[in-house]
Amino acid sequence: MTKLTIDGIEVEVPNGTSVLQACEQAGIEVPRFCYHERLSVAGNCRMCLVEVEKAPKPVASCAFPVAEGMVVKTDTPAVRAARRGVMEFLLINHPLDCPICDQGGECDLQDQAFSYGRDGSRFAEAKRAVKDKNLGPLVKTVMTRCIQCTRCVRFSAEIAGLSELGATERGESMEIGTYVEKALSSELSGNLVDICPVGALTNKPYAFVARPWELDRVDGIDVLDATGTNISICSRGGDVLRILPRVNEDVNEEWLADKGRYSVDGLKRRRLDHAWIKREGKLVKAGWQEALVHVAEKIEGVPGDRIGGVVGDLVDAESMLALRDLLVSLGSGNLDCRQDGAAIDASRRDFYTFNTSIAGIDEADAILLIGTNPRREAPVLNARIRKRQLAGGLAVGYIGEAANLTYPVRALGTGLPGLKQLLAGGAFAEVLKKAKKPMIVLGASALVGFDGAALLAAAWKLAADVGALRPDWHGFNLLHQAAGRVGALDLGFVPQAGGKDLVGMLDGGVDVLWLLGADEFDTARIGANTFVIYQGHHGDAGAARADVILPGAAYTEKTGTYVNTEGRVQRSYAAARPPGEAREDWKILRAFSAVAGKPLPYDDLPALQARLEQANPVFAHLGVLPRFGCSDLTGPAGDANALSDAAFADPMPNYYQTDVISRASPTMAECTATYVTPISVAAE
Amino acid sequence: MLHDRDRIYTNLYGLQDWRLAAAQKRGDWDNTAAIIALGRDHIVEEMKASGMRGRGGAGFPTGLKWSFMPKASDGRPSYLVINADESEPGTCKDRDIIRHDPHKLIESALIASFAMGANAAYIYIRGEFYNESVVLNAAIAEAYAAGLLGKNAAGSGWDFDLYVHRGAGAYICGEETAMLESLEGKKGMPRMKPPFPAAVGLYGCPTTVNNVESIAGVSTIMRRGAAWFSALGRPKNSGTKLFCVSGHVNKPCNVEEELGIPLRELIDRYCGGVRGGWDNLLAVIPGGSSVPMLPKSICDDVLMDFDSLREAGSGLGTAAVIVMDKSTDLIKAIARLSQFYKHESCGQCTPCREGTGWMMRMMNRLVKGDADIAEIDTLYQVTKQVEGHTICALGDAAAWPIQGLLRHFRPLVEERILSYRGRLVSGANLATAAE
Repeated sequence: MTKLTIDGIEVEVPNGTSVLQACEQAGIEVPRFCYHERLSVAGNCRMCLVEVEKAPKPVASCAFPVAEGMVVKTDTPAVRAARRGVMEFLLINHPLDCPICDQGGECDLQDQAFSYGRDGSRFAEAKRAVKDKNLGPLVKTVMTRCIQCTRCVRFSAEIAGLSELGATERGESMEIGTYVEKALSSELSGNLVDICPVGALTNKPYAFVARPWELDRVDGIDVLDATGTNISICSRGGDVLRILPRVNEDVNEEWLADKGRYSVDGLKRRRLDHAWIKREGKLVKAGWQEALVHVAEKIEGVPGDRIGGVVGDLVDAESMLALRDLLVSLGSGNLDCRQDGAAIDASRRDFYTFNTSIAGIDEADAILLIGTNPRREAPVLNARIRKRQLAGGLAVGYIGEAANLTYPVRALGTGLPGLKQLLAGGAFAEVLKKAKKPMIVLGASALVGFDGAALLAAAWKLAADVGALRPDWHGFNLLHQAAGRVGALDLGFVPQAGGKDLVGMLDGGVDVLWLLGADEFDTARIGANTFVIYQGHHGDAGAARADVILPGAAYTEKTGTYVNTEGRVQRSYAAARPPGEAREDWKILRAFSAVAGKPLPYDDLPALQARLEQANPVFAHLGVLPRFGCSDLTGPAGDANALSDAAFADPMPNYYQTDVISRASPTMAECTATYVTPISVAAE
Repeated sequence: MLHDRDRIYTNLYGLQDWRLAAAQKRGDWDNTAAIIALGRDHIVEEMKASGMRGRGGAGFPTGLKWSFMPKASDGRPSYLVINADESEPGTCKDRDIIRHDPHKLIESALIASFAMGANAAYIYIRGEFYNESVVLNAAIAEAYAAGLLGKNAAGSGWDFDLYVHRGAGAYICGEETAMLESLEGKKGMPRMKPPFPAAVGLYGCPTTVNNVESIAGVSTIMRRGAAWFSALGRPKNSGTKLFCVSGHVNKPCNVEEELGIPLRELIDRYCGGVRGGWDNLLAVIPGGSSVPMLPKSICDDVLMDFDSLREAGSGLGTAAVIVMDKSTDLIKAIARLSQFYKHESCGQCTPCREGTGWMMRMMNRLVKGDADIAEIDTLYQVTKQVEGHTICALGDAAAWPIQGLLRHFRPLVEERILSYRGRLVSGANLATAAE
């Protein structure tokens, strides 16, 4: 520890801390533009200059390490003059277009100009103009506003790991860009908008939509992947307009994947805002009473084992529990949440969660990725691996289709033979064995199909063999794609004793099928005589097949609990009301239970949440996730030796359209057209 | 006046051959192994005792700089980087050393590298010095062929490799950390200090960056002893220095002289005097374009060394003396320098990136006089806002010439403004305005 004095305040900070960090610890704010605590230090904006006793010149506090007995002054006339000078330089070539700038109101330059700006300009020359760059459908550029802080360059090189941005030219002609114009291919590109301290990089689809001071902000959880990213849902007059990340060091730090940020326009399109009943092959609008009575009549008399329920990927735990309770009260054990048919073993929690935890990645020193592309399946989690890799001393092995994961990996084959080799030993098995904290990350989507159970068992066995399962370290991880999946598994939304799984319910396996937001399976395989109730928020595959549609709420419109891939229980709050006649899903189920004569035992959300805790005690602990090890090495059901020689399929061919919300989003459609299926321009 | 016997650069004018055989006749490579046998610490101490100050412009004591290098390696190699990116306007001393006396540099590089525990050194040579790089490469090849470089260099038992890297024409790459970035293949942008190169330099390894002239003198100092070197010049400004005199003198030249020689003597003795006589002198930039100019009144008796020039409000810099007689449009001359610094700013940090362009544009207007009198103060304040607030010294270098102009010739600038506006009434009015 080092002791130093800042403006007369004595502080003690760890060795190697920068003066700026020490100032923050002393509660003194130091203005800055280029410095960002999650990026490398550039020291180029010169806004954070402070005086250090015995130093001949003011020093950039962001890059100056503390020393024992150092005396720092942050509010002397010299410091103020230096900062005013820098501010003047930043402003001489910065356009005065704040009234039409989307950053206005949340702009670092604007805010700091209040403290250090002059009242008028002394700059009598022509201002610099810089040509805008086209960075693709997500990030809008107004490059004249750029103050060359290079945060974006460092973000793309360090966090996104793609080095797509850089500075060309020098001096005052220096420009940020991609050199050859191209769309940013990172799944984290939206974060550039957040880290840009000015309005040079802004949110393209959100351009000119709203002002920050008009927005109401509600804490939410992103459901477009299973990371459980903490978000802030910004709305105006009940209109959800944009989504920003919220800091949670254990989950997403301060990043948010593009799908979670930019799918927001999908929340207003293709919405189910009315109940519908299929009459003579055609869907007809109906009122709630009519629809619920119709469903009750259809269900009446159907034996429990001919009724089934499937929950989708975006559903909150409360709604799933309500449906489960309802179906069980109707005598049904036909429950499933694995729309993809993944061979997940729900018998023990650590068989289906990301046990090391996302924060635990920081400690790992060897990672084996099996059948997963975390860059697309969980971009924020992938950034954590990238961060760990940058810190040095991490070996990453990869079994799967060749992909650029933004960090170097050791390719170990594209399919199951690679895993078989590792089980038999081999160089990377040795790396894992020698590692102090090895991690095995298995893609949940790889468990689909013939080899699923064997793969799960084999991955567990490998984890046990290499010493990844220890009382102090749990190195077995399942990486999910679906935000609702772990919650559903925690609630036992899997076939009950004697019950049918999804495949068993298809092709006429049940007479009544309740789909709660379930669209991600082949609905054509539902038996022709099966009566399908689709409860959800978007008109997609499930609604197209439905006999009755019950309009539900999207994740921004309901207070609900989600469990991320780690098994972390987090609550999201309603930022808006569901459109039209649509209602929160648990309320629909509660209302139906009354119509069907089997009222569920909860009348309000707190009661339902209490029931949640009763169903599984993990729901009692919001947000926190204690680290745990593994003492019981017994593996999941499945024969680890029964692996075939199949190759892994691409776990997520189109990152941008994976669920009903992103499929309804025009922005995501544009991204798909840009990145996934670009129209090739013929040479002639 | 420096005796011929005390000259380090005995072939500065290329009157003899630069090749190895001729260099050896001049005394280079004479039992280099014996110097190295003195040991690392002895060489560093000798350099410290010689009082040699860096010849690249900043004047930091060379021996002291070497002593910052780690004594024992922590696994990382140490490097010497020789700065031959001589781009300071007015400066052409390193070019002549490399052209005509390359072996002095190569031999000294070996001694210096040994003294700092480096088995490899890089000479970063200015890209425009193509012919010089050819000579240097040929000289290095000769030295390798003669066993003077490579394994057991010159029979000293020290393995030493010397590489030449040509720059691509950026002035900023002459800044030591920008040079390291450039050598590593990156954009030439100065690094933050600390850490200093002696701790984290080239490829993250301990590195010392020295100017060509600082290194090239090492072999002679080691042969003749620190006492000889420190006896020349003035206290704390010891030794000989190459002066590059250009501009309005009758015979512009490079000349080796003792530090502390009076400026007037330097010009009169070696350069045939100022064009039109000493009284025709207007101003002198004494140390390359980066230092403030001095008016004739100061030039009359100023001494040419680090401390005297600093006291006079300027600096020795690279000792590139730019002489301007009364035919010179000083405002235009400084505006041209502002243009240079604006063009060469790397763009990394705010004050220099934005300030150099602003200063250039104001200077360009002042050349015509198209400005307000109050803008002179604005310009001066802008130079003060740039100076000392940047990562490297380019910001200072851009600010100082303008400060020198405004400090000594403000009436000239005011007159230009007034005459542009057609308001110049009489010399008397001007004098009042100038106060």
